[in-house]
Amino acid sequence: MHPAKSVIFFTTATGAGYGLLFWLGVLAHRGLIKADFKFGLVVFAIAFALVIAGLLASTLHLGRPSRAWRALSQWRSSWLSREGVLAILTFIPTGLFALAWVILGDNTGIFAWIGLIGAVFSLVTVYTTSMIYRSLKAIPAWATGWTSPGYLLMSLTSGGLLISFMAAIGGYWPAVDWLVLPILFFLACGFVIKLSYWSIIDRPMASSAETATGLGEFGKVRLIESPHDQPNYLLKEMGFKIARKHSKKLRRIALICGFLLPFVLIIGQWQLPSLAVYFLGVAVVVTMAGLIVERWLFFAEAKHVVTLYYDT
Amino acid sequence: MTCLPKNPSAKKLGLVIDLDICVGCHACAVNCKEWNAAGQMAPLTDIDPYGAEPDGVWFNRIHTFEAVDSESGISRTVHFPKSCLHCEDAPCVTVCPTGASYKREEDGIVLVNTDICIGCKLCSWACPYGAREYDEDEGVMKKCTLCIDKIYNENLPQESRVPACVSTCPSGARSFGDLGDPKSDVSKLVAARKGYDLMPEQATKPVNKYLPPRPKRVGNATAPRLLEHKDDSSDGAGLLARWVDRILTA
Repeated sequence: MHPAKSVIFFTTATGAGYGLLFWLGVLAHRGLIKADFKFGLVVFAIAFALVIAGLLASTLHLGRPSRAWRALSQWRSSWLSREGVLAILTFIPTGLFALAWVILGDNTGIFAWIGLIGAVFSLVTVYTTSMIYRSLKAIPAWATGWTSPGYLLMSLTSGGLLISFMAAIGGYWPAVDWLVLPILFFLACGFVIKLSYWSIIDRPMASSAETATGLGEFGKVRLIESPHDQPNYLLKEMGFKIARKHSKKLRRIALICGFLLPFVLIIGQWQLPSLAVYFLGVAVVVTMAGLIVERWLFFAEAKHVVTLYYDT
Repeated sequence: MTCLPKNPSAKKLGLVIDLDICVGCHACAVNCKEWNAAGQMAPLTDIDPYGAEPDGVWFNRIHTFEAVDSESGISRTVHFPKSCLHCEDAPCVTVCPTGASYKREEDGIVLVNTDICIGCKLCSWACPYGAREYDEDEGVMKKCTLCIDKIYNENLPQESRVPACVSTCPSGARSFGDLGDPKSDVSKLVAARKGYDLMPEQATKPVNKYLPPRPKRVGNATAPRLLEHKDDSSDGAGLLARWVDRILTA
């Protein structure tokens, strides 16, 4: 599949933003961060900026962005529609939570519960994003059980590293310390899940040129004359090939930057609290870089079955 | 509404494509473009049509495949027209977030309402067969309508009320009809020739069926003698001819 920049930005930015909102809700619920005005203003601004910029990027790739509101209507059947509805619903608890934190200076009691509801909604929204891809049978690499766990875990790790970094700057050390174990756990899970995902997508697809044409009974099928001598919409959108050439190297980069380096850096900041801010700052940057590579591969490596008609 | 019809009618309009007959002339694609460029889905925009890299919206594409049997080495060349299969479980319909994509309850034709399509392209990702086309100029998705504006058009004579690809096919490789009715001509044709679905593992239940090429003659594959009436004897000829024949033979 063609790895469109807007979709890579949409999935990574909203993933990190919702991850951040998730951890803010959890930390407030556990009473680990008090409702400080300045801190709240900065973290919620970053979280909402990531989410809103990501959602806007996803509407900009539409052929008719002005009609985007229509995408909210078909939640009964369409995961894209569900994602749109959930994204908007999530603004209610997270928005109330942010207002209470920043304006009322309160993130305890009822507001902590609202924060926790927002945390749940944030993760459900990330899940619906992943299901847009998971539900497409025509792209076997995405239609696996590992797609959704991958999206959820990477949202949790990128959001978790962001909040750790900012909590370290704000001096909320109990929160930073409390986050160490869950983030290490989720990084390890993410590492295993990406390896499993790649081992699954490397297997041959159930569909082949033989099943696509139904000519398998006559032997091995190959295209000898293309319907058109210039690439058409289908080939431009689905026939992307560059990734397979560099996929091994890029997978290594995604694993090292997205999971291994942040794992080491988290342990490092735990052992050397005086340097924690720097360790976590670097961890945020390499993780986001790793996740962008991972997401690029997620699109670029995914082979659409229509390409079987084109021998690509 | 992008849920599939809850009470679909038994009628399933579709095409039967005979791969034994198709000669790969692309006339179906050309007539499809001609009709639909002025029909329900019009315009079918072309980008850079006379330039170095022409691109544009077409609902019908003709691939040519070769199937080679690894044991016997016998190969078959098969021309393979491909258009929307109007699937019963159309994945392009259910993924649509806007309700622009829908399957008609009365005859099963899958259509796009281009007035509300947002051009998110997800339907083209969901279709295993590449039947969905994006009109870059209009920013919306387009697709085969089974010539809905032709098959129900009462201004046309009855015999013209078939999709443009069917009426134009010079070899008669395309048939149109109700595949939901087991007594229809197309259903009988499918049963007789063992018509099949493309990519059945995708579980889309295509309505359109493909008829496989007939088995190749193997062995003494000389052409049949056409001159069965070859003139060896003069029996049955006229009196004068028989007389000349006898003289010249002697």
